[in-house]
Amino acid sequence: MAADTSRSVTGAAAGETTLAGRGPGPGRTTAKSAGAAAGSPRGGFRRALATHWYAWAMVAPVVLVLGVIVGWPLVRGVYLSLTNASERNVARTIGVRHIEATYEFVGFDNYAAVLGDPVFWQRLVWTVVWTVACVSVTFALGLTLATILNRQFRGRSAYRMALILPWAVPGFVSVFAWRFLFNRDNGILNKILDGGGISAVPWLDDPTWAKVAVIAVNVWLGVPFMMVALLGGLQSIPAELYEAAEMDGAGPWQRFRHITLPGLRAVSMTVILLSTIWTFNMFPVIFLLTRGGPGDSTEILVTQAFRQAFVASPRDFAGSATWGVLILGLLMIFALVYRRSLRKQGEVW
Amino acid sequence: MRRGIAATALVATLALAATACGGDTKDGGETNAGGELSGTVTWWDTSNAAEKASFQKIAEGFTAKHPKVTVKYVNVPYGDAQNKVKNAFSSGADAPDVIRADVGWVADFASLGYLDEVPADQVKKVDAEFLPQAAASGKFDGKTYAVPQVIDTLGLFYNKKMLADAGVQPPKTLEELKTAAAAIKAKTGKTGLYLRGDDSYWFLPFIYGEGGDLVDAKNKTVTVDGPAGVKAFKAARDLVASGAAVTNATDGWTNMQTAFKSGEVAMMINGPWAVEDSYAGEQFKDKSNLGVATVPAGSVKAGAPQGGHDLAVYAGSKNTAAAHAFVEYMTSQEVQVQSAKELSLLPTRTAAYEQPDVKNSEMVQFFKPAVDQSVQRAWIPENGSLFEPLKVEYTKAVTGASSPEDAAKAAGVEFRKILKGWK
Repeated sequence: MAADTSRSVTGAAAGETTLAGRGPGPGRTTAKSAGAAAGSPRGGFRRALATHWYAWAMVAPVVLVLGVIVGWPLVRGVYLSLTNASERNVARTIGVRHIEATYEFVGFDNYAAVLGDPVFWQRLVWTVVWTVACVSVTFALGLTLATILNRQFRGRSAYRMALILPWAVPGFVSVFAWRFLFNRDNGILNKILDGGGISAVPWLDDPTWAKVAVIAVNVWLGVPFMMVALLGGLQSIPAELYEAAEMDGAGPWQRFRHITLPGLRAVSMTVILLSTIWTFNMFPVIFLLTRGGPGDSTEILVTQAFRQAFVASPRDFAGSATWGVLILGLLMIFALVYRRSLRKQGEVW
Repeated sequence: MRRGIAATALVATLALAATACGGDTKDGGETNAGGELSGTVTWWDTSNAAEKASFQKIAEGFTAKHPKVTVKYVNVPYGDAQNKVKNAFSSGADAPDVIRADVGWVADFASLGYLDEVPADQVKKVDAEFLPQAAASGKFDGKTYAVPQVIDTLGLFYNKKMLADAGVQPPKTLEELKTAAAAIKAKTGKTGLYLRGDDSYWFLPFIYGEGGDLVDAKNKTVTVDGPAGVKAFKAARDLVASGAAVTNATDGWTNMQTAFKSGEVAMMINGPWAVEDSYAGEQFKDKSNLGVATVPAGSVKAGAPQGGHDLAVYAGSKNTAAAHAFVEYMTSQEVQVQSAKELSLLPTRTAAYEQPDVKNSEMVQFFKPAVDQSVQRAWIPENGSLFEPLKVEYTKAVTGASSPEDAAKAAGVEFRKILKGWK
């Protein structure tokens, strides 16, 4: 997370520098930097500051905002996970009355409680299954569609538009639409099946079917992103490679395996990592489609954390923070392992 | 020139901000010199789609009595309301002045300090003029925090024509229900009962029917996992497994109402809040086709939970005087009679039942004795949050994903996590 932040900041800084150069006050900037360059040969930092002070000034608000909206909650969350904070003992203001916080530091008690509860491990297993299933199916479908769309054929842009549509619709709208489709008694899916003589499928009422249903919806939502990213990757592979391979007598499968897949490597590694992180924390699909049900069979780690904080009464802030920190930790470990394995394979990243 | 524009804009913004603040303080004005109420009262209502238009009209009628008070009516879907109310109350931002709280939420909100006590003179009236079991739901720790608006319980709704076609009487016990369902299936091809599988409130008649309860608040004991609890899960599962009932694990309310209104099922268990919506269905164009009976008895008795809604004032409200007056108005006899007449909802005032409009309402006539016998729940702060883990286990048990014994045991484990230190 920290690495990401700093990268975006440097990126922004570079962008701002060029902007500043073109901006309303070019005369001033150049004059200053020229002066600094001539004046002190020793201070690389000072010179950089002098040259780019404008850029730094522009970036400062971003750094500040990120610090406030990402850094502070993170620190606060970690702190809360070490306390017994709940709705009953946190500070709150009711009208003119202010109630002081009375929660206490309890060390790692919350972690012991969560890790010692079979519920956590059940959720973790399903979360991993859900993530792996979603990402692999999404990737396979995205790659297939991208390969198809990478050819010249009539109406290609129309197909592209249609395939990107799920991405353009707000997530919760799609999920609610799916919920109507899945309705066992009055949903369209079962009406169609019924027309074909197949008896109603308990889409959201049976634990196994509900799992299939949430994965299907998430795949539907995730394919456009995969497809667009991979299509970009495909188009960056030089056509000459394919021509040469064809001349050498390589068949379509051989071309796919030896040119397309290696050519897509950099892109696919990135999208798989992103997609994994998103899916692992995909709150809306599960929450809006099944609310974790039937029973608790589709509950993933984040929806469980939400339940802890907002459904139970009194709201258990400390418990929820503990779940949050554990989720963050799992994802960080995953990202580290993933990067390391890529580096081993010679991928610079 | 540019700077000039910026300066003007700045001044304009400041001016706007200043007037906005001014508006705020005016809003907060409680009573002016003449003792007349003024300002705005925001009311969050949780009534359902069929009821809300009527309540909005009634609420805005408050302005006729207090012309200087503006009522802001907001409908919050019942399912999200407990959370939304808590968010608003704990942050204080955009919090409503008055809420319609499920009777199970009052103790929770009151224990967190969110509710303003009902003024003493009003409490006296509540104690003297309201049904005692309704008044009890608004109390916590010996103080009164809410005024009951409506009271309800569950009953067995049935389609008179479908039962007549099948040649059966409204069933009085679960055994009779199964026989009746078989007859209905044989004669009409339809299912006997729709049982909600996605809401644990519907589990209560089963556990009361076996003579049990979720918890024993007096002895601080969790009882859901006792023998009565296991029998209750078994009875609910049995209805579905035997084909007497259909159920869903999601969208239960919509599916239940759709199935009942279209004649797909002959019976359902529901409360007075479903009457208005049921009348809208094709099967009940002739309102007299809708019959209501006591919930089917388990092996011990027929028991349904006492439910209902109370009105409470937010402790942080800037306008408590007007808010309490609004609550008084919304729970007045006149308003209760009107909602009984229009929506078949049950009044909480004893005297309201003497009014002709209430007396002549068939639904009220049925539900009143049922309410009198209904089982009071333990008015503890955790009341509302017990339903969430119970829902998980109830759904599993009804759909057959887990055995009645496991469901009861797991519910007990979760209950003890919520009720720390209970046996």
